[in-house]
Amino acid sequence: MVVAVIGVIRARNLFVVVMFGGIYSFLMATVMVVLDAVDVAMTEAAVGAGVSTVLLLAVLGLVKTREAPLRHSPIIPLLVCLITGGALIYGTVALPPFGRADNPQNRHVAPYYLENAKHETGSANVVTAVLASYRGYDTLGEVAVIFTGGIGVLILLAAVRRRRREDDDENTDADADADSESGEEPAL
Amino acid sequence: MMRDTIILRVVVKLLLPAILLFALYVQFHGDYGPGGGFQAGVAAAAAIILYGMIFGISAARTVVPQRVLYMLIPLGVLIFAGTGVAGLLLGANFLDYSPLGSTAEAGQHLGILIVELGVFVTVSSSMLAIFYAFGGRAEDALAEEEPTDDGDRKGEIE
Amino acid sequence: MIEILATVNYWVTILLMMGGLYIVVAHGNMIKKLVGLGILQTSVYLLFLSPGKVLGGTAPIISEDFTVYSNPLPHVLILTAIVVGVATLALGMALVVRIHEAYGTIEDDEVHDLELDE
Repeated sequence: MVVAVIGVIRARNLFVVVMFGGIYSFLMATVMVVLDAVDVAMTEAAVGAGVSTVLLLAVLGLVKTREAPLRHSPIIPLLVCLITGGALIYGTVALPPFGRADNPQNRHVAPYYLENAKHETGSANVVTAVLASYRGYDTLGEVAVIFTGGIGVLILLAAVRRRRREDDDENTDADADADSESGEEPAL
Repeated sequence: MMRDTIILRVVVKLLLPAILLFALYVQFHGDYGPGGGFQAGVAAAAAIILYGMIFGISAARTVVPQRVLYMLIPLGVLIFAGTGVAGLLLGANFLDYSPLGSTAEAGQHLGILIVELGVFVTVSSSMLAIFYAFGGRAEDALAEEEPTDDGDRKGEIE
Repeated sequence: MIEILATVNYWVTILLMMGGLYIVVAHGNMIKKLVGLGILQTSVYLLFLSPGKVLGGTAPIISEDFTVYSNPLPHVLILTAIVVGVATLALGMALVVRIHEAYGTIEDDEVHDLELDE
């Protein structure tokens, strides 16, 4: 996976960049299976390596496919990343030992879910039971986010297409559209 | 200008029902194994996207029209919120599925099934609508450059 | 031995996260930024899932054969996060397409110069 990230950084051709991103997502799905997160691995493989890559390729068909050389020196971002990484590594020293069943994170609510999910909800898959029943409100919010994403893309990309067929000065219309709709992006 | 896409067309025609069947399997077996609404929704959308990539966006639009998608995207959210409100109307808290069945456990099981169905509908129609939006843009961009081209080849993402 | 491997695991995860952050901050091309954002998000999922694993346990699907299960709570949160991430990616790509149509370029330096010229 480190190789994939280095490939993304170094590659100039954007098609190669998107492919490396897909490879990274797929390797991440494999690692998740090793970590016993099978639901998450299936979703990550389907969404990250599947739909994301396809949509990125669809966008690449619409815009240029090569990257211009960097204009600013990358020293300051590199320093920011190193400092942030160092702070995070300093934080991981305090994490509890890996994989023990009596870690604090495994003792709070998880035993209750693991014991009671089967006979309270009738579902053997604890993740589905927690997602749909115990934490159903979060899942409602998540479906609302997907709904907003779909509607947002439809608004941004479908409406102007009709207007482009009708009148000639599309650039002013596109600018007016972009200005009036840029306010809905920060909601995500 | 037909390239040698005969292999792709045959394979996609064979794979498409298998992918849709797998999506339905994952959706309804979310209780007994890994799966659930999100994985199934993405797989079902991927099946139609694959069809659209090989046979053209207009062919995909004939199978699943845009108007149907406009109705399906909010339908999933409506199913989800409706189940929650149904719990509210029957006397329990919001999103409490216990009063929906004869026992509390049956009610919860039924509630989970309905809710996952709502998630499946919204996720799959949303992904497909996003793909149609991008593909339609590509179609228009190519149509403006070469007005004499036919519609099918533009749908294939190069 | 497990402790050393676990620590290295966390460090590699943070290395990947910083790689993604570097791509987002340092590169000007917007599609590369989106891919870098995806890398950042995915490595955060890994950082979240790693403490949830119980050695000797299995996936949290109740059956009679197993007694020890991994923690199911991070799985639920990460499932939501993945789906939210793809919605963000879709909206970001729609914005990239519109920016390309309005300015003719997707490098943010050139967009900045074009904005200053207007």
